[in-house]
Amino acid sequence: MSVVDDPATASVASGAKRPSRLFKNLSAKIASIPMILTALCVFVGGTTWTVVYSFTNSRMLPRENFVGLDQYERLWGTDRWIISIKNLAVYGVCSMILTLLIGFTLAACLDRKIRFESAFRTIFLYPFALSFVVTGLAWQWILNPDFGIQNVVRSWGWESFAFDPLNNPDIVMFGLLIAGIWQGSGLIMCIMLAGLRGIDDDIWKAAKVDGIGTIKTYIVVIIPMMRPVFITSLVLIASGIIKLYDLVVAQTGGGPGLSSEVPAKYVIEYMFRAQNLGQGFAASTMMLCSVVVILIPWAYLEFGGKKRG
Amino acid sequence: MANVDQLGAAVAANTVIGPRGPKPRKRFSRNNIFLYGTLIVVGMYYLLPLYVMIITSLKGMPEIRLGNVFGPPLEVTFEPWVKAWAEACTGLDCTGLSKGFWNSVQILIPSVVLSIAVASVNGYALSLWKFKGSEVFFTILIIGAFIPYQTMLYPIVIMLREIGLMGDLWGLVLVHTVFGMPILTLLFRNYFASVPEELFKAARVDGARFWQIYFQIMLPMSLPIFVVAIILQVTGIWNDFLFGVIYTKPETYPMTVQLNNIVNSVQGVKEYNVNMAATLLTGLVPLVIYFASGKLFVRGIAAGAVKG
Amino acid sequence: MSHSVEIKKLDLEFGPVKVLQNLDLNINEGEFLVLLGSSGCGKSTLLNCIAGLLEVTDGQIFIKGNNVTWAEPSERGIGMVFQSYALYPQMTVRGNLSFGLKNAKVPKAEIDKRVARAAEILQIEPLLDRKPGALSGGQRQRVAIGRALVRDVDVFLFDEPLSNLDAKLRVDLRVELKRLHNQLQNTMIYVTHDQVEAMTLADRIAIMKGGKIMQLSSPDEIYNKPRNLYVADFIGSPSMNFLEGHLEGGTFKVDDMVMPMDGYEFVEAQPSDRPVVIGIRPEHVVTGELVKNLPLQYQVDIDLVEPMGSDTLVYAKLGKHPFRIRMDGQAVVKAGQTLEIGIDTSRASLFDKATEDRL
Repeated sequence: MSVVDDPATASVASGAKRPSRLFKNLSAKIASIPMILTALCVFVGGTTWTVVYSFTNSRMLPRENFVGLDQYERLWGTDRWIISIKNLAVYGVCSMILTLLIGFTLAACLDRKIRFESAFRTIFLYPFALSFVVTGLAWQWILNPDFGIQNVVRSWGWESFAFDPLNNPDIVMFGLLIAGIWQGSGLIMCIMLAGLRGIDDDIWKAAKVDGIGTIKTYIVVIIPMMRPVFITSLVLIASGIIKLYDLVVAQTGGGPGLSSEVPAKYVIEYMFRAQNLGQGFAASTMMLCSVVVILIPWAYLEFGGKKRG
Repeated sequence: MANVDQLGAAVAANTVIGPRGPKPRKRFSRNNIFLYGTLIVVGMYYLLPLYVMIITSLKGMPEIRLGNVFGPPLEVTFEPWVKAWAEACTGLDCTGLSKGFWNSVQILIPSVVLSIAVASVNGYALSLWKFKGSEVFFTILIIGAFIPYQTMLYPIVIMLREIGLMGDLWGLVLVHTVFGMPILTLLFRNYFASVPEELFKAARVDGARFWQIYFQIMLPMSLPIFVVAIILQVTGIWNDFLFGVIYTKPETYPMTVQLNNIVNSVQGVKEYNVNMAATLLTGLVPLVIYFASGKLFVRGIAAGAVKG
Repeated sequence: MSHSVEIKKLDLEFGPVKVLQNLDLNINEGEFLVLLGSSGCGKSTLLNCIAGLLEVTDGQIFIKGNNVTWAEPSERGIGMVFQSYALYPQMTVRGNLSFGLKNAKVPKAEIDKRVARAAEILQIEPLLDRKPGALSGGQRQRVAIGRALVRDVDVFLFDEPLSNLDAKLRVDLRVELKRLHNQLQNTMIYVTHDQVEAMTLADRIAIMKGGKIMQLSSPDEIYNKPRNLYVADFIGSPSMNFLEGHLEGGTFKVDDMVMPMDGYEFVEAQPSDRPVVIGIRPEHVVTGELVKNLPLQYQVDIDLVEPMGSDTLVYAKLGKHPFRIRMDGQAVVKAGQTLEIGIDTSRASLFDKATEDRL
């Protein structure tokens, strides 16, 4: 860039010279400092720190005493962690299938130009406004064997009826599932409904003209068209599943025994209760890995084929 | 899109002259009964917990011991609500949920204000004043939203300790601001990106700079998105449990943490009616926001769900 | 310097894409210059560079002799009018007009004076206290022009200002713009893709393609003496008829047809023989009685007739080449007929087939 030395141009000095790169757009850069700090210090820095310290034998305080993969070996040798992973797998698969199914079915029902649509929508979505703690406690009460559903059904005369998930290690995860789906499926319904509303009315007219039945139209035409909506929903459900913590703490406390432990709870207990930081770090690093495993296929599906500007 | 074309062609081929086929169905055909039936049954599943919580909280303990959890109260009493608010015990401390409520309010207000202020300016800078590297930081921020909080919990403990805010309400405010940033920044960035670019250009020709354009042009025209952000943050922060339990001490526990401690405390006789009243009290703030905001809440969560 | 705006060797790149290439352009004081081209030709980009809304990669921009290449838009002495009006929705019309002046810290009394003057010129006084949402499209665009007017600037920039208006309003506002220019005598740079706007408003038109200026001349010269094949094809509706043939000893030959180029003003004195393209405007084809005045006549077969009221468009075949002819609205012709035409080659355009430049 050559600077013109024409005396006539010297009067507007600021206009003739390219401003320094650093000070260009300075206000925007200053305004972005919180974001930059968050992105670098907390997200990148914090995650890296945790991963690095998962290779140490830190206990009450973080120490740089590297012990290789010891923590991971211990982690995968701990029953509680194995149970946590199994529980999360059961909860995750069921929650994903049921939430998608319920979410889509409800959205499809609401999309049939029905009356009282907004009343139904309000009912299906309100649990989403509530916290997991509230959700967990409410369902803990409803599922209470002495006073809740089991007792009510028995009082109707079905004396042998047994539905006590919160005290039965075999089905405790389904007790959590009932509550989790109650809380979260409204969101998915909402997203699905938005997706259905985004589909051109002409598609329906065309299907009608072609004589394709309603349910078949959904399966053959509508669902394939809503692929992006389903993917978004899947990612949302999955990221929610991995974070599963509050609900367990409130509804079952991980019990009975260890039968409803989950990884997020494992991490927090080892970090803040058992004072075994290294274990906590290793477990949280494993959680990070699972997110990466979920996110990479998603990113591939979403951005792989077409490069978006 | 191939489907659309095929169907379009099908329509063209099958153009019907005049009405044909069966007459439009009446409102209460078999299909419709099935439809409304499904909706009502599922609706009951969704409403049941709220109903049970309300009626339980209005019963006395003797009536609860009779065992009909679904039956309406024979004798309505507000005693459990009073007790939940002012007398319920966590350990030896019997001051009820009120302390947690006020703690939550003290956390909520600065967190909502700070997180939205930071994120809106941020989204504005990212959409209209892009600079070299701004997209990189934004991408990191969005990816960060998917990282499990667990991997960042302890480093944040160290950071808060360093700046002397560990256990302090303001420490929690900072945490909420940080973790609210990805979704809110995305929300605001997408909103400001949808503002016609020419408006921004016109303001620049008119001599307005970064902050003038933000405060005088963009802010007044983006009230709806601020309302959406407020709804999102109020419910999110009020409902938080994880950060509350880790970054505060018992005196500053937010309401959700205190609620859990009251209900799940092992000491003493379980007073289910008080527990349900306490649970309802904790859920009241987000429920009121939800029912009052209606469509905007839906827009808020839909906005939260849409990837940029 | 009598140039109002000077652009020297301007380059603009978006990554690997060169949007503007080594572009030079001088705009005279008080001139109405139209930048015309199809979308993606770089005309709006150039305007945004002049306004300072886009950063140039290389080159310089002078306004009134000042180098403003890196100056803020508001410091350049320009006012700008946008296609979408870009009025601030939450401010009244008065607020919209005075926003720029307030930012420039102009005293209150002066602001009021200038707003009143602009409102008077544009006849928007009754609208001053309304919000833009309550105005019609034409009124909004008038306010947008007013916003440029109050700033008392040397150069007005228009970015397709009439494109969002419906057809009738567009014509009205076009006339008004021309009147405004006559009254104010400011330099105006106007971007459009509409050739009618360009022809009617401009003192000079710059036709752009691929980030370069293809021709910069008066509307008359652009129409009658297009400098190259692109300009010839771009200007005029329906567009020019092109026939590919050979130039041999000052005569155009295609198939067995011969067109002597007597009276044609060649750019070079004696163009050598070579493959050429001749361009003949449909409205320059002679029909009816006047045909007898020309030395040579040709027979065309009519394919299709489009009566348009004021005139009639005839799609025909000259030999085996498609050929459009614009006739009088009263002309009685039918598809299938044969028509005798004459071609006034002094009004035609000849282009080198290889370089596509005018001969």
